[in-house]
Amino acid sequence: MQPLVELSDVTFGYAGQPVLESIDLHLHEGQFAAVVGPSGAGKTSLLRLLLGTLQPSRGKISLHRNGRALQVSYVPQIESVDWNFPVTVEQVVLMGRVRRSGPWPWPSADERQRMAAVLDELGIGDLAKRHIRELSGGQQQRVFLARALIAEPDLLVLDEPTTGLDLRTAETILHLLAHLNQHGMTILLSSHDLNAVAAHLPWVICLNRRVIAEGPPEQIFTEENLNRTYRGDMLVVRQDGMLLVQQRPHPHTVHDILHDPVLGHLE
Amino acid sequence: MEFLLEPFAFEFFRNGTLAAVLAGALCGMVGVYIVLRGMSYIGHGLSHAIFGGAVVSFVLQWNFYLGAGLWGFLAALLINQTVRRTKIPADAAIGVITTASFAVGVALISRYRGFTRSFDAALFGNILGVTRQDVWIVAGVGVAAAAAIFFLYKQLLFTTFDPEVAQVYGVRTEWVDTAFALILASVLIVSMQILGVTLIAAALVTPAIIARLLTDSFNRMILLSTAIGGLTGFGGMYLSFYVDVASGATIVLLQASVFVVVLGVMALRNQAGKRLVAFDV
Repeated sequence: MQPLVELSDVTFGYAGQPVLESIDLHLHEGQFAAVVGPSGAGKTSLLRLLLGTLQPSRGKISLHRNGRALQVSYVPQIESVDWNFPVTVEQVVLMGRVRRSGPWPWPSADERQRMAAVLDELGIGDLAKRHIRELSGGQQQRVFLARALIAEPDLLVLDEPTTGLDLRTAETILHLLAHLNQHGMTILLSSHDLNAVAAHLPWVICLNRRVIAEGPPEQIFTEENLNRTYRGDMLVVRQDGMLLVQQRPHPHTVHDILHDPVLGHLE
Repeated sequence: MEFLLEPFAFEFFRNGTLAAVLAGALCGMVGVYIVLRGMSYIGHGLSHAIFGGAVVSFVLQWNFYLGAGLWGFLAALLINQTVRRTKIPADAAIGVITTASFAVGVALISRYRGFTRSFDAALFGNILGVTRQDVWIVAGVGVAAAAAIFFLYKQLLFTTFDPEVAQVYGVRTEWVDTAFALILASVLIVSMQILGVTLIAAALVTPAIIARLLTDSFNRMILLSTAIGGLTGFGGMYLSFYVDVASGATIVLLQASVFVVVLGVMALRNQAGKRLVAFDV
C-alpha cells in the first residue's frame, strides 16, 4: 500500500546546526503514531516539515493520497495560542473551513450544520458562543481539535496535545483521538509523556535528531532505545501487561545535596 | 438650533467633516488588524514613510496619490519581507525602513528649501483645505478597502490570529499580507491630508483598542472600531469649530478622551464585580 506520508533521507538545520538528520519515515492510512524524544530532539521541526511550513535542506517529503495532495489539519500546542485574541469558539472552529468556504464573511447554512455536528461530537456543543479564554484546558484542546476536524483532513497532526493538561483531561483527549482513529482518521502527534503514549498508541517513533527506533511501544520501549533517545538512565518496568517508563531513581536523597535544609513549620 | 448648525453653512466645513468621518471610520476598520497583530507602530512608521514618498513625487512631479501610494506600499512590502525572511523583529524593521524613507523626504526638503512650507499640511493635516474632489477620493478608497476586507474577511481573520497555522489550512498568507499592505497604504494616504503624518497613528490604534475593551467578539470589534472612528471624526471636527483648535488634533484628543472614559468605566465595573463576588462569598 502506498503510504500517505513519505520522508526519504530528510535533513534539516538552522544556520548550519543540524536539527534533523537523514530521516526516513512512512505513515500509512489509518495509523495512529507518536513522535517522542527530549526537548530539542527535533519533534516540532519534524511536524513543521510535514506541514510544509519548513523546507528540508536535503531529502524528499511526499504527502499524497491516491495521486492528489494530502489535506493536513494541525492542532498547535495550547501554549502557542493567543488566548486574549477576541474570538469565540465558533469563530475559531469555522477557520478550519477557510479553504472550502464561499466568498462571504459569514458561514453558510451547511457550514453551521457541520460545525454544530463537530462540536457535539466533541462534547462542547454548548460552548459555541463563548470566548476561547473562558474555557478549561480540555475544552480549549477540543476547540482546536474541532477546527482540525471540520476541515475533513486526510491526516491529523497534533503538537503535544497532552502538555499543559491535568492527568484526567489528558487521558480523555487521548481516548478521543483513539476513537477518531478507530473511525479511520490517520493521526500523528508529538508527546513528552512516554507512559501515556505506551498506554494509548499502537506505534511510536523515538526521535533524537535521527530516528532511534520505530514500532509498537511494547517492542521498542526498551531501556537501550530510551537511553539512546533521552541520553539518560531510563527504567522500563513491565507489569500485568502494562508498560511503565521512568527515569531511573536518583542514587541520592535530598540530604546528600542539602546538608542542613530549612524546613517549614506545621502549626 | 441655528447656532448648532452654523458650521454646516460653510462648504469647507461640510467637505472637511465628510472627509474626517470617512477617514476616521477607515482608520478604525484597518486599525483592528494592526492592533491585534501587535504592529501598532506600523501606522506611525508607514505614514512617515509615505511622507518621504510624497516629497519624492513632488520633486519628480508625479501625481501625489500614485507616487506616495506606491512608495508606502513598497515600504510595507519591504517590512513584511524583512520580518518573514530574517530574524529582525517587526518593530525594528518598521523603525529602520520607515524612518529612512522619512529621512529621504527631510533630505530633499532641506536641499530645496523653497517648498518647505507646503509640507506643513502633510505633517499636521489640513482638513480645511479638503476639496470636494478629495472627499470623492477618500470615499472611493473607503469603498475599495471595505470591499477588500469584506471578501478577504476569513483569510484576514485567520492570518491575524495565527499566520503559521493559517498557512497549513490553505490560506495564502503571503498574498493576504500583501493585500493588507496595499489596503493600509491606501488608507494612510487618503487620511494623511486630513489627520497629518504625525497624528494618524493615534487614529489607527485608538478606536481599535476602545473597541477591544468593549467586546470579546472579532466581528463586533470591527464594527465598533469603524463606528467609533467615524463618530469621533465627526465629533472632533465639530468641536474644533467651536474651540478653534486644529481639527486633526481635536479628533485625536477626543478619541483619547473616549479611551480614558471607557477604561475608567471598565475598571469601576471590574471593581464592582469583584465586590459582588466578595459579597457572594
